[in-house]
Amino acid sequence: MVRLITHNLLACHAKDCNTNNFPLEFKDIQLEIREAEFNSDFLKGFMPKLEWKALVDTARQLGDTSLPLEQPEMVDDGFLKSLHHVLLEIHVEEGSMTCPNCKHVYPILNGIPNMLLAEHEIG
Amino acid sequence: MLPTPDLSHLTKKDLEEVYEPAEDTFLLLDALEVDYDYLKGSKPSICLEIGSGSGCVTSFLGNIIGSTAYFCTDINPHACRCTQRTGKQNNVNIQVIHGSLASPLELRLASKVDVLLFNPPYVPTSDDEVGHAQSDGKIEGAWAGGSGGMQITNVMLSKVKNLLSPSGRFYLVALKENNVPGIIKLMREMYTLTGEIVLQRHAGREHLFILRFSHL
Ligand SMILES: C[S@@+](CC[C@H](N)C(=O)[O-])C[C@H]1O[C@@H](n2cnc3c(N)ncnc32)[C@H](O)[C@@H]1O
Ligand SMILES: [Zn+2]
Repeated sequence: MVRLITHNLLACHAKDCNTNNFPLEFKDIQLEIREAEFNSDFLKGFMPKLEWKALVDTARQLGDTSLPLEQPEMVDDGFLKSLHHVLLEIHVEEGSMTCPNCKHVYPILNGIPNMLLAEHEIG
Repeated sequence: MLPTPDLSHLTKKDLEEVYEPAEDTFLLLDALEVDYDYLKGSKPSICLEIGSGSGCVTSFLGNIIGSTAYFCTDINPHACRCTQRTGKQNNVNIQVIHGSLASPLELRLASKVDVLLFNPPYVPTSDDEVGHAQSDGKIEGAWAGGSGGMQITNVMLSKVKNLLSPSGRFYLVALKENNVPGIIKLMREMYTLTGEIVLQRHAGREHLFILRFSHL
């Protein structure tokens, strides 16, 4: 269950890959929607930690267009519900994530992203 | 006393492949319980455990803090699966990442981690043994710590300052042989982090410590 909250925090860390290494691009993915407990304080506290554009773009690629392109200054319940759904309820179970820069492929198996690099790929 | 997380879903086979919670694990749980009021009161928004093994520690933390974001990494794929299941079993929503230390998260989690936990492979071994243990992703990686038992811990220590939020805390398990005063001195002099011993205990042949670090 790679949720978009996790995807928003993962970057390529291969040797010498330091620019344009985020966000990773999902490929050949299987999605599952699973309900999660709504917590508006948590969401509000988390908003400043998100890379907003990466989140919105990724959500749109996965077919969810509910989030505005700019993070709103005033948050209402409708917005928080959308954010909750995108961040915490969309799960990527299988597939992979590709680095936009070096094209390294990180597979996702049973909902767990494999971010391990081989010895020679570590910076 | 808070209950230890429910681990009844872990089979004998799981525990052949994944580190079974032991005295070091329980001392870390006890240290988190000592800091219960702080941990609960400070409303952490990001908690990260390195080398979560069975998932026992983060599940315990989850039962102290309640709903927030929990991330765990481990180099052992079986440990990753066990952590995920243990989270479910104890109603803690854990995001598990199969990876080494905090590497894939370092860029985005800079200055954002409120609670950072590491019960590392701390047993002194040969350097060869660490190399194999780290690349095999098997249970040997749970203890093989190289010279002074510090080979993996030292790499992590160099990352802590960058990861911790301004009020963040780092909890580390260490063994007497790891040179506890030396770790505290290094953290202060190299990384301007202040550290202290929260708990210590003799368990069989091991003299175990829990250290806690924060920004000066
Ligand atoms: C002593 S066990 C602790 C397990 C669990 N946290 C506990 O307290 O019971 C150490 C764990 O760290 C993992 N580990 C070892 N090297 C690691 C690394 N470089 N990155 C992430 N995890 C690692 C091992 O696979 C093992 O699960
Ligand atoms: Zn890359």
